[in-house]
Amino acid sequence: MATKPTFSQEISNLLYATHGNPTKTCIQCGTCSGTCPVADFMDQTPRRLIGMINADLKEDVLDSNTYWFCASCFHCTARCPSGIDIAAVMYAVKRYSIWNKTYSEDLVGPTFSETFAKSIARSGRSFEPILAPTYMFSMGIKELLQEAHMGTQMMLKGRMPLLPPRIKRLDNFKKMIRRIIPLGGGK
Amino acid sequence: MKKYAYFPGCSLEKVAWSYNDSSIETAKILGVELQELADWNCCGATAYSHVDQLLAYTLVARNLAQAEKEGLDMVAPCSACYKNSYFANKYIKEDADLSEHINYALEEDDLQFNGSIDVHHIIDIYANEVGVEGIKAKVKKPLEGLKVAAYYGCQIVRPRKGAEDLEDPQFFEDIVKAMGAEAVDYPDRLRCCSASLIMTSRRAALDMVQKLLQSAVNSGADVIATACPLCQVNLECYQLQVNEEFGTKYKVPVMYFTQLLGLALGIPKKKLGIGSELVSAVPVFK
Repeated sequence: MATKPTFSQEISNLLYATHGNPTKTCIQCGTCSGTCPVADFMDQTPRRLIGMINADLKEDVLDSNTYWFCASCFHCTARCPSGIDIAAVMYAVKRYSIWNKTYSEDLVGPTFSETFAKSIARSGRSFEPILAPTYMFSMGIKELLQEAHMGTQMMLKGRMPLLPPRIKRLDNFKKMIRRIIPLGGGK
Repeated sequence: MKKYAYFPGCSLEKVAWSYNDSSIETAKILGVELQELADWNCCGATAYSHVDQLLAYTLVARNLAQAEKEGLDMVAPCSACYKNSYFANKYIKEDADLSEHINYALEEDDLQFNGSIDVHHIIDIYANEVGVEGIKAKVKKPLEGLKVAAYYGCQIVRPRKGAEDLEDPQFFEDIVKAMGAEAVDYPDRLRCCSASLIMTSRRAALDMVQKLLQSAVNSGADVIATACPLCQVNLECYQLQVNEEFGTKYKVPVMYFTQLLGLALGIPKKKLGIGSELVSAVPVFK
């Protein structure tokens, strides 16, 4: 009889090459939530999110903003007594939600990450100004003015790139990417 | 002293050019030879791992392979470049299947990676290779009376690499003391600067930056020292926004540890990129 992997198995399978324990080993101690510097801004704490993954509450997990608020500080990972790489779990859910386009639309994170990844695939190096439109839309007038002011200040100090940098062997680089993701990147 | 393949990373080209200059200048004095990787590419930051992990490791492997071709271990001054390079290196060494996939892609750039090199952060080289005594021996102008908050941030410490102390590291404070400065007790030294949340979740990020600035003020620090371009930008360049958001009046200089070290080694300010701050560092030198 064919069996389908559960949501929690799917997420654990996405922890490829990170060497953390699967989410099933979670003892719900809450060390991650107590450690997380962004927990106040998440709709579910990291502990609850892992509990929800283990309960296969797929839709509730994907609806949550929690994983897109993870700043990759790895404090939870460092402290987890069950050896779960919790930050890597957040990455796994991020990838799952990007591939399946299931993240909620008011989040900036997914578009930012995709734009960033595509811009690297095009030039080999990152170029901050290309990323600005992905988060500018989420700002009010006051914040936009602050951002413009800061950008100008940084430009005056020689800290703003004006031209996109690119690597020398860009053609090879694009072909290399195509060997990993046959349809993506490289165009 | 040893020679390293230097991987500056995208931020050090522009946003953090003073970190690049001060790393190169201090390395010269400390006898660490840095040879820039000829055609390095972006490490993928965190964003690439949000999209595809195999591709993220492949990007890093291209840099690792170029360093290996030169027969050199890699050194990176950016915490994210370091963390990504360190762990990709480790996983490729441990996982033959991953290595095979990645080497298949690297063929397109006439490269291969055999996993024969190590990856270091520049602060690791200064703390362990040069060492506190090695730094002290080269200090010409000790930073006497300067109170420094040694801010580790995240990725030079975490995730765990071996048996090191993750809850109470001391290597950054040791370097600060070697400069002749005072390392103040900065309780939030291991707390996150908010990283790319400054772009994607501004409200949460400013809250995190505010906490770090207040903690530095409480600790009596004259300056925050960082070892990461993103920490520097978040803590320094966003102080104006924090002040407007929270009604505070922070004016805390945030400098790269290599800039402070450079001053102690007697390197002229201009060569260390001092003057490129948005929050003036002049009070540091009064």
